[in-house]
Amino acid sequence: MATLRDIKRRIKAVNNTRQITKAMKMVAAAKLRKSQGRMLEMRPYAEKMSAVLANLARGAESALHPLLAFRPRKTIEVVILTSDRGLCGAFNSNILKAAQKFIGGLRKDGFDVAITTVGKKSSDYVRRRNIPTRRTWSGLSGRVTYAHAQEIANDIIESYISEAMDEVVLIYNEFKSVIAQQVVVARLLPLVPVGTEGDTEPALDFIYEPSQEEIFNVLLPKNVEIQIYRALLESQASEEAARMTAMENATKNANEMIDRLTLQYNKARQAAITKELMDIVGGVEALK
Amino acid sequence: MENKILLEIVTPYGSVFSDQVDEFSATGSEGEFGVLPGHAPFLTTLKIGMLTYKKGQETGFFFVNSGYAEIGPDKATILADSAERAEDIDIERAKAAMKRAEERMKQAEKIDFARATAAIQRATIRVQVAEKKGSK
Repeated sequence: MATLRDIKRRIKAVNNTRQITKAMKMVAAAKLRKSQGRMLEMRPYAEKMSAVLANLARGAESALHPLLAFRPRKTIEVVILTSDRGLCGAFNSNILKAAQKFIGGLRKDGFDVAITTVGKKSSDYVRRRNIPTRRTWSGLSGRVTYAHAQEIANDIIESYISEAMDEVVLIYNEFKSVIAQQVVVARLLPLVPVGTEGDTEPALDFIYEPSQEEIFNVLLPKNVEIQIYRALLESQASEEAARMTAMENATKNANEMIDRLTLQYNKARQAAITKELMDIVGGVEALK
Repeated sequence: MENKILLEIVTPYGSVFSDQVDEFSATGSEGEFGVLPGHAPFLTTLKIGMLTYKKGQETGFFFVNSGYAEIGPDKATILADSAERAEDIDIERAKAAMKRAEERMKQAEKIDFARATAAIQRATIRVQVAEKKGSK
């Protein structure tokens, strides 16, 4: 039986935890609002960009630009986007589980897999399991800028052009709503498979200004940057949303626990008083 | 209704404009161009410049800070690095920015010449676009 003092101490401890989770929840909510805004602003641009490129690539030859090159798939690069910080529920484990399954599938099919991780949680994960990675990035959780996306994009573009890999896949959390994030596996490169099956729309014969080549030279790398930037923003907003939900649950649980402990405390106090009374009454009886 | 073109201007900071217009013109890297409904498929890079559209009696002006334009027969997409409606341009700020850039230009050498030139260009056109709206 826990003593009164023990219970009181526990109540205090839980209360302290609750204060922390409550504060974290509010911080996450504020950050969420900010990153959600940025992400929503970015969405139409990224989507339009893909649409424009899809149109273009239909009429283009894959020899025109190294980023359009469509090589036989041998090495597949998987870019995993997680957060740097924990305490955000199943956010990171969902991603890592999905990534592991996906990579396992690729390996089974006989592909070589190169891994790039973004965020400390994924790099810790692969390090613990001794999985070799090609690149790891961290320290951008919570303050994603376009420069980050550019840096990552440049690295990927370079190794794609040098034929270190033949396909690049992004795995990240897409922001569905504050309470729902969805793991998405999206292909980044080759940009658009030229002449894919099921493509019924006729190729448009574009007039290019200045020249097709020059436009592709700027547009294709830019698209990679934009798509990565978008994924980073989605991931960031999802992280804050996941953290907010997780912290809210933690606060709720702490409340429940405090209620339970308080009840236990009162019961114990009552029992102690009753016992004391009994002792006194017993003592008085004995003196008679 | 049938003789309209859907003009969409999107930037990384959100969609700025999306409406059916009668015609519009923008500044491409090779010079200004006008677009009417039924235009041939056309893809160009955009310079810092002005975009004007006409919709019935209404004329609108935009400041477009480089990007791309994809034009199809009934739909045009402008992917701009940034874009502002003439009404939203802060002339004072643009003028101040121009002055700053010019100052820096005078000090010369120490600064990135290309960057200062671009800043001046941006400011100049911003002011132009804003004044166009005012004079209307």
